[in-house]
Amino acid sequence: MSMITIACTINGERVETTVSSRENLADFLRDRLALTATHVGCEHGVCGACTILFDGRTARACLLLAAQADGAVIETLEGATRTGRLAALQKALYERGALQCGFCTPGMLFTAAELLEEHPAPSREEIREALSGNACRCTGYQAIVDAIETAAKDGRAER
Amino acid sequence: MKLADVEYVRADTVEHALALIAAQDAETRVLAGGQSLMPLLAMRLAAPARLVDINRLAELERLEVVDGRLVIGALVRHHRIATDPLVARVAPLLARAAPHVAHPAIRNRGTFGGSLAHADPASEFPACTLALNAEMTLASMSGRRTVRADAFFEGLYQTAARPDELLLEVSVPVATEASRFAFVEFSRRNGDYALAGIAAAATADGDRLTGVRLALFGIGDTPVLASEAAAILESGPVTDALVKQAVATLDGIEVRDSATAGERYRRHLARVALKRAALALARPEAASCR
Ligand SMILES: Cc1cc2nc3c(=O)[nH]c(=O)nc-3n(C[C@H](O)[C@H](O)[C@H](O)COP(=O)(O)OP(=O)(O)OC[C@H]3O[C@@H](n4cnc5c(N)ncnc54)[C@H](O)[C@@H]3O)c2cc1C
Ligand code: FES
Ligand code: FES
Repeated sequence: MSMITIACTINGERVETTVSSRENLADFLRDRLALTATHVGCEHGVCGACTILFDGRTARACLLLAAQADGAVIETLEGATRTGRLAALQKALYERGALQCGFCTPGMLFTAAELLEEHPAPSREEIREALSGNACRCTGYQAIVDAIETAAKDGRAER
Repeated sequence: MKLADVEYVRADTVEHALALIAAQDAETRVLAGGQSLMPLLAMRLAAPARLVDINRLAELERLEVVDGRLVIGALVRHHRIATDPLVARVAPLLARAAPHVAHPAIRNRGTFGGSLAHADPASEFPACTLALNAEMTLASMSGRRTVRADAFFEGLYQTAARPDELLLEVSVPVATEASRFAFVEFSRRNGDYALAGIAAAATADGDRLTGVRLALFGIGDTPVLASEAAAILESGPVTDALVKQAVATLDGIEVRDSATAGERYRRHLARVALKRAALALARPEAASCR
């Protein structure tokens, strides 16, 4: 096992540490930094629960090595919540009852936020397409789509 | 679902990467977007001793037109193929196919070169490169060579690239006014690998089509050109009867069987895909290409 030194920015804070070459980024965030909003479901890219922001774009934390974080700017749901960046979406999900166990929710939030940045007025079909890589075992998706639709409308009204 | 122990080395330049993958002391795999390799490592379907991370090789991020061809660096991400206006203008087939490749977060990381090097038979981009007559540039310590898409996909997850070769870039001819493209895919959910699909290119010449290339994917071990069907579509004005004749040639091709979709079902989907693509090539304004 080789050890690699990394320096990166996580939720606005500078992190310098050593990671093992086989450690994935999701485990690093959870186990080493206690950033447990990054959920781990499948560990091979299919469920979306581990979605984070990596250099400004959504990425699966389970498909990145911690070693690859060197030089990167990373945001987890803890960071995004603190800045209030996702507050409108969070409120919409909460009010529509669009989460039950909450396991998928961090990934849903990041995915929805990226969709709304690129398409401020998505159709329901487009919302579903964007969420196609995020599995939810509880809600049946209907409420999540409703909530994102509401957040999009409110976001446009604010502008 | 944790990776086995593996050494990690970051390549700083193409030359550095080539030296690393040529080294004989350990089994080495190139790490690009990691969107196929990381799952393989997690499931222990692959267990190389060393990973060579090529993500810092800025030279592999080229995306530009040179001498009438669009040059796509191996590290260009799927998301960029889907959204870059240059791709939409000069290689619309790729732009149209890209949203079918996986899901947004995976498209943010996955690379064009990685998709081709991985050569999954149900993948969209390999079929597109076949339809577009792409050329792949491979590099090793002993030099560079170019391989045409026709000769690149050798088998299931097998390409013409040797283990000591890095895929540097891919080029496809720039589309002209007369170019026609069609892309049709059937999958169980949006973003899933194809059960069957087709990437098609042709040139319109009056009421005829020339240079028809119909690349089927999801049905064999590699993307395959439906050459017989293409010849039929070139033989006269594309009428419904001619399309029917072209579709009938698929009765003779080999189609794989799997738990997700049996051979008969896959062949049926391939026939429908070919029919829709042929009509879209002939009448681009009337057809829907999804
Ligand atoms: C949930 C999920 C769904 C997906 N759905 C689809 C889909 O519908 N369609 C589809 O096409 N793909 C799909 N993918 C795969 C995705 O498109 C990958 O991005 C792609 O297959 C590989 O690209 P990569 O850059 O991630 O390569 P990596 O995973 O880094 O590498 C893949 C292989 O190619 C080799 N390699 C990579 N780059 C080079 C290079 N420049 N030179 C030589 N060898 C190289 C690696 O050594 C490795 O063997 C999916 C992935 C996931 C996780
Ligand atoms: S844990 Fe990463 S996608 Fe499922
Ligand atoms: S709320 Fe339980 S998985 Fe989505």
